[in-house]
Amino acid sequence: MITFQSVSKRFPDGTTAVDDLDLEVQEGEVTVLVGPSGCGKTTSLRMVNRMIEASSGRIVVDGQDVKQVDPPQLRRRIGYVIQQIGLFPHRTIGENIATVPELVGWDKRRTKARIDELLQLVGLPVEVVDRYPHQLSGGQRQRVGVARALAVDPPIMLMDEPFGAVDPIVRSRLQDEFLRLQQEVQKTIVFVTHDIDEAIKMGDRIAILQQGGVLAQYATPEDLLAEPASDFVADFLGAERGLKRLALIPVSAVKAEPGPVVSPDDPGDQALAAAEAFGSDWVVVVAADRRLLGWVDAAEASKRASVGDARIRPFRLQVNADDSLRAALNAMVQSHTGVAVRVSDGERYEGLLTLELLSKEIS
Amino acid sequence: MTDGPPTVLAAELIRWSWIGDHLDDIRDDLLQHLQLTGLAVLFGMLLAFPLALAAIRWPRLYAPILGFTGVLFTIPSLALFILLIPFTGLKIWTALIGLTIYTLLILVRNMVEGLRGVDQDVREAAQAMGYTPARQLFRVELPLALPVIMAGVRIATVTTIGLVTVTALIGWGGLGQLFLDGFTLNFPTPLIVGVVLSALLAFAADLLLVGVQRGLTPWARDRGS
Repeated sequence: MITFQSVSKRFPDGTTAVDDLDLEVQEGEVTVLVGPSGCGKTTSLRMVNRMIEASSGRIVVDGQDVKQVDPPQLRRRIGYVIQQIGLFPHRTIGENIATVPELVGWDKRRTKARIDELLQLVGLPVEVVDRYPHQLSGGQRQRVGVARALAVDPPIMLMDEPFGAVDPIVRSRLQDEFLRLQQEVQKTIVFVTHDIDEAIKMGDRIAILQQGGVLAQYATPEDLLAEPASDFVADFLGAERGLKRLALIPVSAVKAEPGPVVSPDDPGDQALAAAEAFGSDWVVVVAADRRLLGWVDAAEASKRASVGDARIRPFRLQVNADDSLRAALNAMVQSHTGVAVRVSDGERYEGLLTLELLSKEIS
Repeated sequence: MTDGPPTVLAAELIRWSWIGDHLDDIRDDLLQHLQLTGLAVLFGMLLAFPLALAAIRWPRLYAPILGFTGVLFTIPSLALFILLIPFTGLKIWTALIGLTIYTLLILVRNMVEGLRGVDQDVREAAQAMGYTPARQLFRVELPLALPVIMAGVRIATVTTIGLVTVTALIGWGGLGQLFLDGFTLNFPTPLIVGVVLSALLAFAADLLLVGVQRGLTPWARDRGS
């Protein structure tokens, strides 16, 4: 755990980069520091491993005031990843990853085994060990940067815009990979970004900082989006706050409506009755074993002897319990029926989500 | 007969028998030339390194250091040696001090530029990994500055090889001794041998240093600009 206790940083020129910051970074969580430039997020990060010294206040890492630890010793226990990666161009990938093991005096065999393990962990082929950084792509270099930071398995990682220098497609993939990796390694991570979407995606908790290094709000992404503490936070979260919230809420969090359901064997009249009761001009067709078959136009079905005689049209987009409400909303706006149909893994019908349900959820 | 026609002079330009008779002297001169050059560049590096570190640590010192070594560099070499003689006599030190002083400007400048040229990100990463400042200098910054530093060493070496011929005037001339011999004997062969050998020596030394640099910086080899 990392605790900031009334931490301030004033530079000699009189500017205040961080102003009386109190923050608790929970163990095993990703805490994102986010805010506009000049909000002191990088300064805060760098005070943890004493790349920058705090002017006042205390930073406690695992019960120990960082001021009482020799900086090089402190830094070897804290992984560090920056946007520019900063790989050593004169060392091979293997030697780069071996940097901290060498500093703390691991033997060759242990280091070698760890390099292989880490390359696998970050998804790089073993052949890269003997290459030099300039022979790798940007995405590969970023992975090496992460592997190097993880080398001695430090409990804490500091990451400063780690995915800022790669193109959006690679960035999104690296983010996903990193989240998967984090599930596995469970590090205590402080993550700096200026991108609120990245913060929402990566953070278990988000600290929004504003100019002058003032903490505007510290909360989980869900709480932040639901209840921004100030106009600044609301502005920073952006105009699509509702959509961003929907992206964080799983379909399973909302109780689906049963909807107007008929079976193919039901008489055609019944489709019309069900549709009218629901207030639609279509009905969902579900087989006896609850398998979703599609939907039919109620007026058309009523002219047939049974529902199965009418044309049954498929729902092009379906959602299941793990999808986000944002995916459900997408299904709604893309479907003729204006609803999102929820199915189980076995394609069994579980109910409908309507716009009304969604807005009730986030209002 | 006494005043030979030009054709005879040309034939006399290189008298192989003289070379054959003086092989030992020529070898000694060559070795002394090598020794003076090697020591001067070595001492130059030993002196330039702390000066360069000081210039990086306290940037305000850089301009005065460059200015001072620059002024030293502009002193005519002959004058410098004559100035030194009252203090150091006609010993090898006189030659070495002079030669070393002339390497300083190039060596200090290239060391400072080389070390300053190391990427800020790389430096920060090294610090964040937990390098102590001294270890960071020797394990990260110096290796990365090496191509620029070596470029300086090459220039200093070739310059010194040329300059050593001047120190013949104070009795420590290496191949320059041959120039004096030719001059005093009024006979061109030693002069030509001296010129050719010192040019070859400069060329060989430069080639050797390029080889050393390539050996020390395998990472920079197949790198685009």
